[in-house]
Amino acid sequence: MTLFLDSGSQMTWLVTSASAQEAAPPAPAAPQPNSAPPPAPAADAHAPSPDATHSAVGAPEGHKGAFPPFDVHTFPSQIFWFVICFGVLYLLMKRLVVPQIAEIVEGRAAKIAGDIAEAQRLRLQSDTALSTYEKALADARASSQKIAQAATDKAKAEADARRHAIEAELTAKLADAEGRIGDIKTKALADVGAIAEDAAGAVVHALIGQQPSPEEVSAAVSTVRGS
Amino acid sequence: MANDPIHQFQIHEYFPLGQFGGMEFHFTNSALTMIANVAVVTGFLYFATTKKSLVPGRVQSVAEMAYEFVASTLKSSAGTEGMRFFPFVFSLFMFILTANLFGMFPYFLTATSQIIITFALAMTVMLVVVGYGFYRHGMHFLGLFVPSGVPGAVIPLVSAIEVISFLSRPISLSVRLFANMLAGHITLKVFAGFVVTLAGLGVAGIGGAIVPLLMTVALTALEFLVAFLQAYVFTILTCMYLNDALHPGH
Repeated sequence: MTLFLDSGSQMTWLVTSASAQEAAPPAPAAPQPNSAPPPAPAADAHAPSPDATHSAVGAPEGHKGAFPPFDVHTFPSQIFWFVICFGVLYLLMKRLVVPQIAEIVEGRAAKIAGDIAEAQRLRLQSDTALSTYEKALADARASSQKIAQAATDKAKAEADARRHAIEAELTAKLADAEGRIGDIKTKALADVGAIAEDAAGAVVHALIGQQPSPEEVSAAVSTVRGS
Repeated sequence: MANDPIHQFQIHEYFPLGQFGGMEFHFTNSALTMIANVAVVTGFLYFATTKKSLVPGRVQSVAEMAYEFVASTLKSSAGTEGMRFFPFVFSLFMFILTANLFGMFPYFLTATSQIIITFALAMTVMLVVVGYGFYRHGMHFLGLFVPSGVPGAVIPLVSAIEVISFLSRPISLSVRLFANMLAGHITLKVFAGFVVTLAGLGVAGIGGAIVPLLMTVALTALEFLVAFLQAYVFTILTCMYLNDALHPGH
């Protein structure tokens, strides 16, 4: 900001020195009638050479005694050409240049936005695919577990059934065998009486030479066996 | 004569166009500069962007930069609604910037160092602001001069101040641009003149001429900055005034 103030103050001494010079001839109504005296020392420091050369130039240039930017004589031409030039520039900008650049800039913005939306869509799609895959995998795992479980159960049940059947068969066979052993035992024990009676009769006959009656023998044997 | 710092602002009349209403119209160096200005701005911006590449080249990105710079300035000051003035503000910025930069070429007239041109620019802005303000808001546009939340007794005073500040806008707008361009060019010319004068004094003078020479180089860089900055300042103030036309209630 000091920059502008600085250059502004430099401007004023040059302007006032010029307008002071302008005020010297009696003709035009100067824009700053009373402000010439105060900046005199500053003007003295730098102004002499411009003033001297300016007045030297002033004669061949003709009517221009004034500081050029304040020369009212040039104003109509400058305004005239400014209106034409700025008007043409405005129309060219509005019709030609701004739409063209806007098309580029906005086209690029639209393209970027579109690409981002497309990327978003594809990411969503891949996310869906991934979740579908994971679900399928989990399903497959669960069903394989179920199948394995069922197979195990079935095998176990079959094995149990076969074991039960074999056990039952063995039990039956055992019972059968025990029955037969009992029969044999009973028969053997029954045979033991008859053999004992025969043996006792033979023993008695050998001892006393007399054949005892079978009733006595059998009574004696059963007495002994009964005890 | 070569050292006269004022000579560069002289308007030369090349040929007369005629008289109208007691005023003489001429084709001048000022007109030539402005025509060249319009041709350069339009030509550059148009041919830089004819390819419409998605990925811009160097020239195209300069044109786009100018576009987006003005667009963001306008949007931040006057909102999205302000974009209806974009062609106007863009023309204004490009016209002033190019006129200022043209002035950096030796022997070229700086159109913006002519008070009448900067005043015409400022008045164009004011006419657009006032014209659109009344067109859009009718008499409500005058609400611009009555800030809300001010006690009734103070309103006449505040309104008077507001009116004065509004009326001084075209003056401050035009004088700021004019004074900056004028002062910069005069300073530049004065320092450059010292170089020539001192160098003419012999060996010691040539040694002494180095200081103003360095100063001239530095000032030239500064003037390029000022050329851009003043175009920007003019543009952003225009945007703020347009914002008043769009939203007159404070």
